[in-house]
Amino acid sequence: MDFKNRDIISINDFSKEEILHILKAVRQMEQKPKNNLLKGRILAALFFEPSTRTRLSFTSAMEQLSGTVIGFSAANTTSIQKGESLWDTIKMTEQYADVIVIRHPLEGSARLAAEAANVPVINGGDGSNQHPTQTMLDLYTIQKTKGRLENLHIGFVGDLKYGRTVHSLVIALSNFNPTFYFIAPDDLQMPESYLDELYQKKVKYHKTSDLGRFSKELDVLYVTRIQKERFPDPLEYEKFKGIYRIDEAFLQNIKKDLKIMHPLPRVDEIDKSIDSTEHAAYFEQAANGIPVRKALLALVLGKLT
Amino acid sequence: MKRRKSKKKAARKYAGKRKAKAKQIAADTAPKEESKRELKISAIGEGTVIDHIPTDATFKVVEILDLENHNGVISIATNLQSKRIGKKGIVKVGGKGLTQEEVNKIAIVAPEATVNIIKNYDVKEKIKVNVPDVIDNVVKCSNPVCITNNEQVATKFYVVKKDPLKIKCHYCERSMGKEDIEII
Repeated sequence: MDFKNRDIISINDFSKEEILHILKAVRQMEQKPKNNLLKGRILAALFFEPSTRTRLSFTSAMEQLSGTVIGFSAANTTSIQKGESLWDTIKMTEQYADVIVIRHPLEGSARLAAEAANVPVINGGDGSNQHPTQTMLDLYTIQKTKGRLENLHIGFVGDLKYGRTVHSLVIALSNFNPTFYFIAPDDLQMPESYLDELYQKKVKYHKTSDLGRFSKELDVLYVTRIQKERFPDPLEYEKFKGIYRIDEAFLQNIKKDLKIMHPLPRVDEIDKSIDSTEHAAYFEQAANGIPVRKALLALVLGKLT
Repeated sequence: MKRRKSKKKAARKYAGKRKAKAKQIAADTAPKEESKRELKISAIGEGTVIDHIPTDATFKVVEILDLENHNGVISIATNLQSKRIGKKGIVKVGGKGLTQEEVNKIAIVAPEATVNIIKNYDVKEKIKVNVPDVIDNVVKCSNPVCITNNEQVATKFYVVKKDPLKIKCHYCERSMGKEDIEII
């Protein structure tokens, strides 16, 4: 399977076999790091909106492989302010770099960037559409902590309506015969379009607003933040804020080997007391961002097959 | 006696006249009805007839074909009874053939439509429109934060389902139903 020059734009572009191939490359990268693999290669990190984890982990991944990073972390320091189109910015950037990572507030921007560029483009998040490297690291974390991806009972709790990470992960996991449990108040439940897709793929799922109802069934619980910025009315946010809380009381009624994940940052969804338990997988999840991004950079630059 | 007879005769004559007049009125009205019907579907010599348009899409077809700026004869009928689709519209355009692009656009708003090519008052060809698998630069994305609404980019949609129509933006991956479709 050859990923050289392949763009990483949406999880929907990848088959089950391709996802498994990438995860194998991540494992390889984690177990046998090749520190000079990307020596002499340049990554352009174009961050048109703020990001902490994604930008830092891409930079760290590239530098760990002896590559160099150029770019910017806010659009107001660039020619965008002078009215330059995204297309032109990408056409200019590809002259300076071997691979581009882009984060942009407009949905579909990464796809357009990939069409403009002759070098591979990796989507670091396009609005609330896709963030495929996050999905890959979520999958890798599940595979690593549970030992498999197939036949798992996976719960998602929090803002399932707007949560980009949840949508992409659900679609990717639907290749592996899962049973899903969507735990959210009606106003923040999974959008119908995703439920339709699951129905068509014959994926089993349950919907509830009660966190405790299926807690004993779960192998993995993926917790998300209720995103304040999504609510036009602050009173609405107040209504849902703190509605679910994973604390020691919750741990009384779960499987012994339940793993709790969170894309971070968290607010108060997961009590700090959980951090030291063997259920907490969220810091490991964040750490997995490095080998995942190293593997993807090496794959698209043709240094790993 | 004679006078009474002649009165009866006159009455009969009057009744006859009344019947004749009624007949005449009926005869007068019939052709008028006929011509109304004819007006509704008046034939064109050369051009295109788009039939079986869902009533609510009739004026979208007019817009797609930019008929406001067409100089030939145009007939538009809507809210007509149709066995096949309930209520339908018909658009007749004299002196105009359709490009494949125009046929594809019509298919998006009127997937049941038939396009008849008229030559010398006869239907020369009947084309059943077909929703294409990929729709290039015809539909506007309904997502305001899609890149296509913010940069000069040709839109592109994949048809997920043909009936009822559901399309997905190539760029922002947002799905749209028939009700959200706006033609560029």
